Amino acid sequence: MAQINLQNVNKSFGPGVPLAVNDLTLTIEDGEFLVLLGPSGCGKTTTLRMIAGLERQTTGDIRIGERVVNDLRPGDRDIAFVFQFYALYPHLSVRDNIAFPLKAQNLPTEEVNRRVMDVAERLRITHILKSNPGRLPGGEQQRVALGRAMVRQPQAFLMDEPLTNLDASLRADMRVELKHLQHTLGTTMVYVTHDQIEAMSMSHRIAVMDRGVLQQVDTPLNIYRHPQTLFVATFIGSPPMNIVHGRMVGARFVAGDGQFWVELPPAARQYTQHDKRVSFGIRAEDITVGAPGGAGMAGNVVVREPLGDETVYVVSVAGKTLTAKTPPRIRFNPGENVSVKLDPAAIHLFDGDSGRALLPEGWSKHV
Amino acid sequence: MDTTGRGRPRFSWLTDRWLAGLFVSPTLIILLFIAIYPLIWSLSASFTDRTLLSRPDQINSVGFENYVDLLNDNRAWQRFVVTAQIVVPSVLIELLLGFAVAMLLNRKFGGRGVIMTVILIPMMLSPVVVALFWRFMMQGDGILNYYIQALGGQPVLWLSSPSVIPWSVVLVDVWMWTPFMMLIALAGLSAVPKYLYEAAEVDRAGAWFRFRHITLPIVTPLLMIGIIFRTMDAYKMIDTIFVLVGDRGGAGRAAQTAGLYVYDTAIKGFDTGVGSAYGYIMLVVIIALANLLIRQLNKVKG
Repeated sequence: MAQINLQNVNKSFGPGVPLAVNDLTLTIEDGEFLVLLGPSGCGKTTTLRMIAGLERQTTGDIRIGERVVNDLRPGDRDIAFVFQFYALYPHLSVRDNIAFPLKAQNLPTEEVNRRVMDVAERLRITHILKSNPGRLPGGEQQRVALGRAMVRQPQAFLMDEPLTNLDASLRADMRVELKHLQHTLGTTMVYVTHDQIEAMSMSHRIAVMDRGVLQQVDTPLNIYRHPQTLFVATFIGSPPMNIVHGRMVGARFVAGDGQFWVELPPAARQYTQHDKRVSFGIRAEDITVGAPGGAGMAGNVVVREPLGDETVYVVSVAGKTLTAKTPPRIRFNPGENVSVKLDPAAIHLFDGDSGRALLPEGWSKHV
Repeated sequence: MDTTGRGRPRFSWLTDRWLAGLFVSPTLIILLFIAIYPLIWSLSASFTDRTLLSRPDQINSVGFENYVDLLNDNRAWQRFVVTAQIVVPSVLIELLLGFAVAMLLNRKFGGRGVIMTVILIPMMLSPVVVALFWRFMMQGDGILNYYIQALGGQPVLWLSSPSVIPWSVVLVDVWMWTPFMMLIALAGLSAVPKYLYEAAEVDRAGAWFRFRHITLPIVTPLLMIGIIFRTMDAYKMIDTIFVLVGDRGGAGRAAQTAGLYVYDTAIKGFDTGVGSAYGYIMLVVIIALANLLIRQLNKVKG
């Protein structure tokens, strides 16, 4: 078990192509479950492959434990990699697949057998040890791949979207199981996914990447509650955070021709200046939809999506469209006039140019 | 307006099924004449004493006599031995060489396209052309012997020594058909997912393991298909040998394959009935052989 450290790592796939990974500095603590999250092409898989040694960084240093591993081959880095398509060896039985990394180290047969059985029991795959992996269902193939990773007792697990090819219900089961597994083994885990539910539910911390640049590293709840960039704010959460682009006029955020405006709470005012271009954000659950004439702005229901446990309303407010989540018992029909109230303590402001969050964490304690 | 009341279209009898049959029929008729008809004709001829010169009233049915005679004839069996002597080494060498070249070409490098094209040229040439220029090169004072002597060796009687002739045929066949095996092996190699090699690298697998447990299992079914194709094709070979060493397979009939024997019997020997019977024996042998190979193929695929 070990800490993994990336220091100013860059990866270029050739001149003229934007950097796949751009000046990434990141420390993954010993025993931590860290998820690299981002849309496809954001550099998360490249980062994982560089840690594994399957890809060589253009510049920068990578450490696993105390060792700088820049020039070590994947087999010498003492890591295990789980691939999206399982990558089981065809024509080797499940047992031989799991035993393979140990046999490659020339461990005595007795120990190999003991460790394979141990892992197989833990993953509940003892009954398929003699099977040909190619004929197993996806979930079991993935367990075998996990077994092959675990049996080595490596310094770290590196996982590249291991659940993507499973069907939805199996994926939910495996999420729980993986999290439990990592918890009991206590091994450092770096896990790549584009699925925010996987990221939120399993990780200790999430590292969100976009276009090769690390956007934010934080606990799942902090990522959700305090996104540091506009990208993180819109990428995390379903439905995504409502964003309105506009500018500051005194203590007011104003959008469009001035019809949409929000008075900032006093605690937020010191972080912006008059006439600054900003993006205003608020999550759907921080918007309350009520009977017309109530407190807040006047709006009009565009779409209602009853989801059972909650109802999502898309409302039009002063020419802008906002998405709100409400308890299911509140019912308005499309076309109906409503009042829309925003929770002043839950607002987000992002710099109109850089996209960085303007309000520091904890600003709303004084609202 | 009621759309069902438009009246019967003129071609209402022409259902999809009929139309499909109509489209297929020209091909079917041609196939019937050039493949099925000769097949049946030669089958019936194999039970007669028909010769090239027979008038219809001179042809008598002889039952299985032709077959019995051939199966008891050592010379007839000898032709199968000669055929095997050429087919087995040819296919094996083509397999190994083609696979090796495919392994070399299965990576990105400059000029790969040009090299591929050059390598594929032999199998695109007509066998007659290939055999013709090999005959020139293999002559006693040809370029092959010139180089052998220049390197201090003894000249080889490529086209006149009965012990060398089968190997000369093998050499030409290998030259011509190795690219085919290479192409098939290359298709197999490019189907091996890269992540398997990466997994092997993380697991510290050696080169032999990667080859034995990743490359080979995935490529083998395709190689088997190549073997089946090449075996059936080499088994029937006539043209190359015909041009290279003559229609009787050269000195001592050293390269007179089963196919050439049919030609020799039925055309040069005028004995159509016996020749047809021999052709059918060849057919049964190759069907049996192909079945064995296909069974092997299904085994490696499973």
